Amino acid sequence: MHSLPRALRYLKPYWPIALGATISLLLVSAANLAIPQMLRYVVDGGIIAGSRAIILWGALGLIGLALTRGVFNFLQSYWSERASQEVAFDVRNDLFAKIQHLSFSYHDRAQTGQLMTRLTSDVEMVRQFTGLGLFQFIQALAALIGSATLLLLMNWRLALLTLATIPVVLALLAHLVTQVRPLFEQVQARLGRLNTILQENLAGIRIVKAFAREAYEAERFAVANQQYLAINLQALRIFVTHFPLVFFVFNLGILGIVWLGGSLAIAGQLSLGELTAFITYLNYLMMPLLTIGMLSAMTARSAASARRIFEILDAQVEVSDRPGAVPLPPIQGRVTFENVSFRYLGSERNSLSDVSFSIEPGQLVAILGATGSGKSTIINLIPRFYDVTSGRVLIDGYDVREVTLESLRSQIGIVLQETVLFSGSVRDNIAYGRPEASLEEVQAAARAAQAHEFIQQLPNGYDTIVGERGVGLSGGQRQRIAIARALLLDPRILILDDSTSSVDSETEYHIQQALNQLMRGRTSFVIAQRISTVRNADVILVMDQGRLVATGTHEQLIEENPVYAEIVYSQLRDDLTAEAVPAAELTMAAPAELDSKTGDGHGHA
Amino acid sequence: MGMHSFQRLLELEEERPHARRVTARRLLAYLKPFWPYLALVMLFVVLSSAAFATAPYLIGLAIDQFIAAGDWAGLGRIVLLLGIVYFVALVTMGGQIYLMGWAGQHVLARLRREVFDKLHTLGLSYFDRHDAGDLMSRLTNDIDVLNQLLSNGLVQMIGGLFQLAGIVVAMVLLSWQLALATLSIIPVMLVVANILARRARAAFRKTRRTIGDVSVELEEKISGVRVAQAFHREQIDRQRFAELNAANRDANVSAVGITSAFAPAMDVLSTLAMAIVIGVGGSLALSSLLTVGVVVAFLRYVQMFFRPVQELSTVYAVLQSALAASERIFDLLDERPDLSDAPDAQPMPPIRGHVVFDHVHFSYASASGNGSDGPGVLNDINLRVEPGQVVAIVGPTGAGKTTLVSLLARFYDVTRGRVLIDGLDVRQVTLASLRQQLGIVPQDSFLFAGSVAENIRYGRLTATDQEVEEAARAVGAHEFIVNLPDGYQTQLGERGGTLSQGQRQLISLARAVLADPRILILDEATAHVDTRTERAIQRALEKLLRGRTSFVIAHRLSTIRNADQVYVLDGGRLVEQGTHQELLARGGLYAELYARQFRGL
Repeated sequence: MHSLPRALRYLKPYWPIALGATISLLLVSAANLAIPQMLRYVVDGGIIAGSRAIILWGALGLIGLALTRGVFNFLQSYWSERASQEVAFDVRNDLFAKIQHLSFSYHDRAQTGQLMTRLTSDVEMVRQFTGLGLFQFIQALAALIGSATLLLLMNWRLALLTLATIPVVLALLAHLVTQVRPLFEQVQARLGRLNTILQENLAGIRIVKAFAREAYEAERFAVANQQYLAINLQALRIFVTHFPLVFFVFNLGILGIVWLGGSLAIAGQLSLGELTAFITYLNYLMMPLLTIGMLSAMTARSAASARRIFEILDAQVEVSDRPGAVPLPPIQGRVTFENVSFRYLGSERNSLSDVSFSIEPGQLVAILGATGSGKSTIINLIPRFYDVTSGRVLIDGYDVREVTLESLRSQIGIVLQETVLFSGSVRDNIAYGRPEASLEEVQAAARAAQAHEFIQQLPNGYDTIVGERGVGLSGGQRQRIAIARALLLDPRILILDDSTSSVDSETEYHIQQALNQLMRGRTSFVIAQRISTVRNADVILVMDQGRLVATGTHEQLIEENPVYAEIVYSQLRDDLTAEAVPAAELTMAAPAELDSKTGDGHGHA
Repeated sequence: MGMHSFQRLLELEEERPHARRVTARRLLAYLKPFWPYLALVMLFVVLSSAAFATAPYLIGLAIDQFIAAGDWAGLGRIVLLLGIVYFVALVTMGGQIYLMGWAGQHVLARLRREVFDKLHTLGLSYFDRHDAGDLMSRLTNDIDVLNQLLSNGLVQMIGGLFQLAGIVVAMVLLSWQLALATLSIIPVMLVVANILARRARAAFRKTRRTIGDVSVELEEKISGVRVAQAFHREQIDRQRFAELNAANRDANVSAVGITSAFAPAMDVLSTLAMAIVIGVGGSLALSSLLTVGVVVAFLRYVQMFFRPVQELSTVYAVLQSALAASERIFDLLDERPDLSDAPDAQPMPPIRGHVVFDHVHFSYASASGNGSDGPGVLNDINLRVEPGQVVAIVGPTGAGKTTLVSLLARFYDVTRGRVLIDGLDVRQVTLASLRQQLGIVPQDSFLFAGSVAENIRYGRLTATDQEVEEAARAVGAHEFIVNLPDGYQTQLGERGGTLSQGQRQLISLARAVLADPRILILDEATAHVDTRTERAIQRALEKLLRGRTSFVIAHRLSTIRNADQVYVLDGGRLVEQGTHQELLARGGLYAELYARQFRGL
């Protein structure tokens, strides 16, 4: 339950509005009480007594009162909505910031649909409580205490009898809340599940359609939908078995008063007038109880949602600046792995085991290895997307955990395997890491990434909207925009994770040429499947099942490392020698040179 | 923002005079199947109102008649009667809440299902134009607003209207002159309500749209959170999100600014009615045209008038918001499926694998139906593939390779020309029967949250565990899968979680192999796989594909060289075709691409 008071703390900055709403609410209640009095005055003093003046003034007074009540009624609902919207705004911003801040390991397990549910539906539940709910609760409580006091002053014995029902009522409500709150958590969780299926279906719509799995997905959704419906109905049943009972118990109290009070009156221990007045005031207890009963379910629901919200806000950020982290000075480019082992959360096997290497500034490093051998894991550790399980990653002698993330990542340009483009112009996407970059700079980066030409041919050039709702770009075009994005950072360390896989060989060749220029003086890490990309590297790291099995240059490895040699020969064989290419048809010198290499290699194998 | 989305914006802003009535009626239609429940709800509403009205009367009776007279037995009878009334109140109150809630939840469940099913009838071009986040918002946030109307609002509305009707009847019976004077305020109320309603709805539409924008941003930024961190964009993205978030907040606040005015306006108007009664009634009483008693009794009814009016005012805000939300839901439900089975569509017979592209033209602009023929992505493509052939499609990025195979699976309809499989136009057969016989491995390998086995089994739901494993073995995925923490039962996170891109491609490939397709389409299916594994896959596929037609898009010439036919695309045109040897001999674009790869080496 304590998540709700914590959620209410979000109201604090808006206390003037919240206070204004509360005061307005109390004034509306006061006006509600005053209007019948005014009316009685008009009837008694005006109509019955026959005074035209009182009728006139009374009618005007009534309108005046109604206007006053109207104004405060408006202010009450406007201010309470504003306060609640401000709270929702702040909570949502905090959640967004937190989600952005959470490490890769969190996002490896998180589901977009679930996170979205917390940012929309759960926030809305909490908002409803901090808006109307809370203020009505305050009003009801004030009314309850007020009328209870009044009843006690009038006749404490009868009052105690009435009030005796209140603990029962409260116990019922408490029971309702404790029963229904875990259900509401499930309601929200199942809504999240529903959203996840929906989001997956939208993101993976091509697969769903490709395999004609519409019916299967519809069934999957229908099952989740049914489960969501069932839990909602379960919560409804609990509400229905408790809420009307609250009234029944209270009504039984009234029944007792009528019986006991009536008996006392008949016995002459209570005047008829006292009994009548008492019963009239009893009804004042009724309204606040009704409100509190209604609010109890809402409160339970908001508490459940608040807990879900704080679960995210309290999630531990595994990778964050350490206390005393210093900014990393301009990078020279020396990258060292010292006995690095890494294991993904929840996994039983190391993805990297005892990897050590040292790269000099300006070197080009190629990482080679089978699928799942740990290539991407290595480069994920350099910008500290994950923290090592043991060992150290050093840049220029600084442990990456000892420096601030911002200073580290802003000096590293990375092209991830999955090329994500955001809704926006091509220019915005390239300038993603440096929004202040000029168009010339953006174009220069695009040229280097071999993207300028096709961008110019797009309907609106650099202003063409791409991303989810934008023009469709091919996989290779997307990759080139992602490369341009990284190049624009002018990073000291450049990381390319299989970034040219979807690019045809001609384009790749051009990118390679451009990169060779760009990589000069920068430390670069390249993961690629094609030997052509790897060959020029200063250092090649060969990975196998999370271990670094060989380090060296192409020439060294081809002689010393059978794994590497095999990879090279297999590609060459496939690409060249399997079919005898008539040399006459290829006028270029390169193939001949390669042929000789192949021959050379065979000798050593 | 594209032209299309801009048009949508205008569409949402403009007032549609009949829209409200139509939307409301459509919403009511969803309640129709539950009419017996609703009838019962109404009965309960009447009974509980009656019970609540009877109780004070009985108490008054007890005091005046029995307690005053010292009648113990009479008091006992009244107390018993009161107990029965309270019990009726208990049952009817519970009953109305439960039945209404039950019906409401079922309506919502049905709406959610309809929306979801609707999404699957829409072609890919629809999804090219709409943000996932916005569609999600319709199915969740907008339906959630309806929930508020259905679970509380409707009962409140019925109850309020019922009370109102009772009071009006009582008024008329008491004094029709005074009733007329009082009710003269009602047209004014209606006019005010109508003016506010129109403004409120425009405002609520804005709230629905802005929460949709928030949702779009969320979906995109959560999916792309890794890039944001890599480029240290958190600050800027946060700011952008805050802007959208603020727009939603402001839209809500201004909508409430309008609805908040509603209750006070009704309040003042009904007090005005009371003043009229006092003025008119007072004068009539003073001139003895009416008895003072009638005027006083009448005033009590006028006072009672407030309660239901207040109650209806709260429902009013919920109703306006719900109608704005329904518009968005119905807009989606009314979306015309741009790609659906022809009325006389036949199921595709077992495919032999004869594929013909006959003067095919295609542009995405025409596929999305916005009229203007954009630049063609494919122009006058002709190709003829014999059953069992392996066809390689090569060309520079953006040449139209993926588009070409998309037309084969009829993800889009051709702009001109025909795509024939075994002589049947793909538009003449049912989509399901066509696609079920195709195995497609797209560029972006998409995995669902679930186990590895479930992801592979997606290709054929009835496959046994053994068949799943065989498929995995065939593509060389078995080895890494058994090394995962729980083997085939390992739960993968969204889009594959911590698996490498190559591993995802292998699972995606196994999925297609398991589908046992008659035509296999590989769109750079092994781009992220290392070359050794790739060769193993090729050998396995050669066995599997014997006798089946397959289309392969690849940049590695090693993959292409063994193809029976190579088609070279450039700028949306088919520029060369032939076998590897023939094309090399021709010395055209293919030979150039080929040579380039060697030069790179």
